[in-house]
Amino acid sequence: MSDMTIPKTYKLFVGGKFPRSESGRTHAVNRPDGGFLANVATASRKDARDAVVAARSAWSSWAGATAYNRGQVLYRVAEMLEGRGAQFAQEIIDSTGATPAAAKAEVRAAIDTLVWYAGWTDKFAQVFGGANPVAGPFFNLTVPDSVGVAVAVAPNAEGSSLLGLVASIAPILTMGNSVVVLASESAPCVAMSFAEVLATSDVPGGVVNILTGNVAEILPWLASHADVNSLDLTGVEGEVAVEAERSAAETLMRVIRPRTFGATEKSFDRIARFVEAKTVWHTKSLA
Amino acid sequence: MNLRELAPAPESTAILNLRDSYGLYIDGRWVDAHGGSMATISPATEKPIAEIGLANAGDIDLAVKAARKAYDTVWSRMSGSERGKYLFRIARLLQERAREFAVAETVDNGKPIRETRDIDIPLVAAWFFHYAGWADKLDFAGLGTNPRALGVAGQIIPWNFPLLMLAWKVAPALAAGNTVVLKPAETTPLTALMFVDICEQAGLPAGVVNIVPGLGEVAGQALVTHPGVNKIAFTGSTSVGRHIARELAGTDVALTLELGGKGANIVFDDAAIDEAVEGTVNGIFFNQGHVCCAGSRLLVQENVHDEFVEKLKRRVSTLRVGDPLDKNTDVGAINSREQLDRIEAISATGEPEGASRWTLECAVPKAGFWFRPTIFTGVSTSNTIAREEIFGPVLSVLTFRTPQEALDKANNSPYGLSAGVWTQTASRMLTMADGLRAGVVWSNTFNQFDPTSPFGGYKESGFGREGGRHGVTAYLAAGGAR
Amino acid sequence: MTENSDSALALRAARLYYDEGKTQDEIGEILSITRWKAGRLLALARESGLVSITIANDAASPAAAPSSGIIPTARSRAHGVVDSASLRAFVTALPGVDAIGLEGRAARIATRSVKNESKREALDTIIRLIDLTTLEGADTPGKVRSLVQKAVVPDPADPTAPRVAAVCVYPDMVEHAVAALGDRAGDGLTGIGVASVATAFPSGRSILEVKLADTRYAVSKGATEIDMVIDRGAFLAGDLDLVFREIAAVRRACERPDGTHAHLKVILETGELRTYDNIKRASWLAILAGADFIKTSTGKVQPAATLPTTVLMLEVVRDWFALTGERIGVKPAGGIRQSKDAIRYLVAVSEIAGDEWLHPYLFRFGASSLLNDVLLQRQRMTSGHYSGADYVTID
Repeated sequence: MSDMTIPKTYKLFVGGKFPRSESGRTHAVNRPDGGFLANVATASRKDARDAVVAARSAWSSWAGATAYNRGQVLYRVAEMLEGRGAQFAQEIIDSTGATPAAAKAEVRAAIDTLVWYAGWTDKFAQVFGGANPVAGPFFNLTVPDSVGVAVAVAPNAEGSSLLGLVASIAPILTMGNSVVVLASESAPCVAMSFAEVLATSDVPGGVVNILTGNVAEILPWLASHADVNSLDLTGVEGEVAVEAERSAAETLMRVIRPRTFGATEKSFDRIARFVEAKTVWHTKSLA
Repeated sequence: MNLRELAPAPESTAILNLRDSYGLYIDGRWVDAHGGSMATISPATEKPIAEIGLANAGDIDLAVKAARKAYDTVWSRMSGSERGKYLFRIARLLQERAREFAVAETVDNGKPIRETRDIDIPLVAAWFFHYAGWADKLDFAGLGTNPRALGVAGQIIPWNFPLLMLAWKVAPALAAGNTVVLKPAETTPLTALMFVDICEQAGLPAGVVNIVPGLGEVAGQALVTHPGVNKIAFTGSTSVGRHIARELAGTDVALTLELGGKGANIVFDDAAIDEAVEGTVNGIFFNQGHVCCAGSRLLVQENVHDEFVEKLKRRVSTLRVGDPLDKNTDVGAINSREQLDRIEAISATGEPEGASRWTLECAVPKAGFWFRPTIFTGVSTSNTIAREEIFGPVLSVLTFRTPQEALDKANNSPYGLSAGVWTQTASRMLTMADGLRAGVVWSNTFNQFDPTSPFGGYKESGFGREGGRHGVTAYLAAGGAR
Repeated sequence: MTENSDSALALRAARLYYDEGKTQDEIGEILSITRWKAGRLLALARESGLVSITIANDAASPAAAPSSGIIPTARSRAHGVVDSASLRAFVTALPGVDAIGLEGRAARIATRSVKNESKREALDTIIRLIDLTTLEGADTPGKVRSLVQKAVVPDPADPTAPRVAAVCVYPDMVEHAVAALGDRAGDGLTGIGVASVATAFPSGRSILEVKLADTRYAVSKGATEIDMVIDRGAFLAGDLDLVFREIAAVRRACERPDGTHAHLKVILETGELRTYDNIKRASWLAILAGADFIKTSTGKVQPAATLPTTVLMLEVVRDWFALTGERIGVKPAGGIRQSKDAIRYLVAVSEIAGDEWLHPYLFRFGASSLLNDVLLQRQRMTSGHYSGADYVTID
């Protein structure tokens, strides 16, 4: 018997699979104390492109799933996370130097966040939309519809390596969007472990895609991608964020600016930012 | 007897009491503009109506400061119910003077008096009535208790529904507690300037509403980039919307955009055919087709195409084109020379790209800007006239074979504002409504508007909604304690 | 039984079935045969060419239901020759009507502003299209004579006022109307017509023999037009075949010995059919069965004529014309009392069917008080000031 551990190889999560970056690049991630933690894949623009393709192809069936079904799937993610709670707490400690209590609390909060959003899938439409009493012989309803493919940059902030990621992904998934997430540069290993949770739960492949690497390098390609419908810049700062927003303007992408929402917020508004309100009129008469 | 040719029935312009020139309305006073002036003309006659002062960046700065002062000292401190009473007053005053505004709008815009009288101005009043009632109920807007106003809203509106777009912007902004600086369109400032009189009759505090006509690239640009503005609401072209979104990148300024469209109007073979014909006509020839949500792409099931097009042409043949002040006019003047040129240029691509053109044969006046209702058949999805927004009385007819094909073709556009579905089969209608990527879906009707009904687009048709609860949230932020 | 006698029997059966609207059971009774035998005779009548059933494929008929597959053509009209299955298939496959869209269309028509010379012409046109009507239990020969005088000289103070198209009375009053008209009688254009309601008007709740006798009596007394009612009960019960055969039988009863026929207006009583889909189906049914006119109402049921209903019926006659080249008339009746309302109907005729329908052969108003309102409007336009009720005559 040996005490020697087997280190994990971190790859990307695209279309339900774990490919290496097509560029073959990796970069080293260190522990807070400076020691080597792992090599992680450094995604390229082509990886980003592939992730958008995967997200687009997964979107329509995810958006078309019943609200009940989406709720079950999100709840299943929470269950899987619960089962691996100790592992995630340790990874948070390894990645960020958090205290055991803080790491445990973050895992707990991430699970709660997933459960909270899972419960919204079949309630959001009623609260968000409804019947509009127009002054004419029409039945008029406003209903939420998914926006489509979202790109999200997970927050880098302290205490958000798992929670920030979950709080980025969950509201996007709630009403049927698919997403390409750029993992926090400071804690990519936690993000890729969460990808394993997603892969072993019932989330259809391609609904969530997670890329690790240099946000400043990949984000411009995603922000200017005409097949991306919304852009969550929560985890970006400075000129990179401004440039991304400028690029997004070309296709009138819906943009959530940095600091618009707290990373850990359980937010109805956040779900609302990832839906389109669709209003349907129909004539009504007995004659 | 001959009823196709009716004796002229012009609405009198005696009701108008216009000035020869208008300045800017800032901080409750008329002030001189410093960006020059231009005549606003009647597009039906090309005759000048009044000289309009144009705001420059300095004027915009004054207007924003006036709005800020009014926000800080009066409007944000006022209770919701008090704000609501001002809006109720405005609504009533607009109803009382409805005909005057209808005539002015028709003269300035070129749209038929039938529409301004029966549609535009009644909706304007309705919009103020609806949002008046929101002012003291903001806790129910969906942002938690004590939502807060954004502050000063800069609003830039288009020329196709001048006063109605003012109402869509001003009513929810004021109800939510914001003050506004509104820039009307270059070719249609008249009714916005007349609206000043309504604000004064309502006793609205100075600076709450500021009206600043001007050029887009001068006054509009200054408003969008002014650091004292908290919110920009724009309705207009997608290219300008894109520019505004770019300008606001990296700022905290809230933004809603209501932009272009290329609406699909889908007719199935089981549709109520005569009503579908009528809805198609209403979808594209209403307001000369100067409608962002116009049903400019007719998708008709191939097995009823010939019959449908024949009935459509017959119906279009009964449209009366001409003097917009005539109560019997269905299609009025194109709003400007510039727009006429654009409609002509895009329409000119139809035949070379393979479509067949049919144009209503009718006399039009010599002066003014006119474009006869036109239908292109045999249009392919790749044709320019099937993809670009023409913003004129031009219909492109395409065919489909199955419901899925109809859905795919309808959604095959960078735009996503409106769509129409004509079928008597309820399950198909509902499934189409589910699948259409458009902010407004009209089933067995088209171009209906109501202040309670959210309106706005997907994709490049913009973001944000106007109308109903959704419309008021566009001028609010979540408050403190929740 | 010889072949010849079978053919003769088949001919009799066919006449009873197609011309008089008898059921196979009734034919069995009349001819003392079983209903099965009656059915075989009818089949023989068809197979042997005694009767011809003309069915056109829908490819040739753009205005009709695309999925129905069968459309009886004009040639089957007035012969009552159409089998019940194809009839049902045809009318139920007609495109439906969206009430809000139809009412919106009508509302838009109502916004038309008819002024000055157009109004003057419209007022005169309205008078020329009026069926001046009295349908009261208290009608007397004297009342009818007075009505006729009003029809001939609507405005004694203004000889330029045109006369109406026809007077409309109960069958027993036809002879008085004819006598009062004398040589001013005509067909609505050449002179004033005499229209008679018939077929157990207004409910139509009687047996076919009575309805046919009612019709024949009115025609024999000189009625130039018959306003029949359809069996709304049968229509609502789904017995379209019966409705069809009744209309066809009444159409036969309108024939005069010289081969001409009194024009048949078929009253749908739209206020009882209720839905626009029903009204559309009944309109097609009536035209297929031989109607010269389709008419909205008896005036005894509310709602009577409405603008949307009339727009719908005008759409049907427009489509029938596109299909067959044959023009059918439309008559709104009941509730049209004011000139401004009547002008809206004229605009509807113009915009839906076309100006050529503004003709006494193709459009009528069933009305009584409308005439005086039109006369008041005429006087206003002539004199330049408003007139009063004492300046028009009551009939």
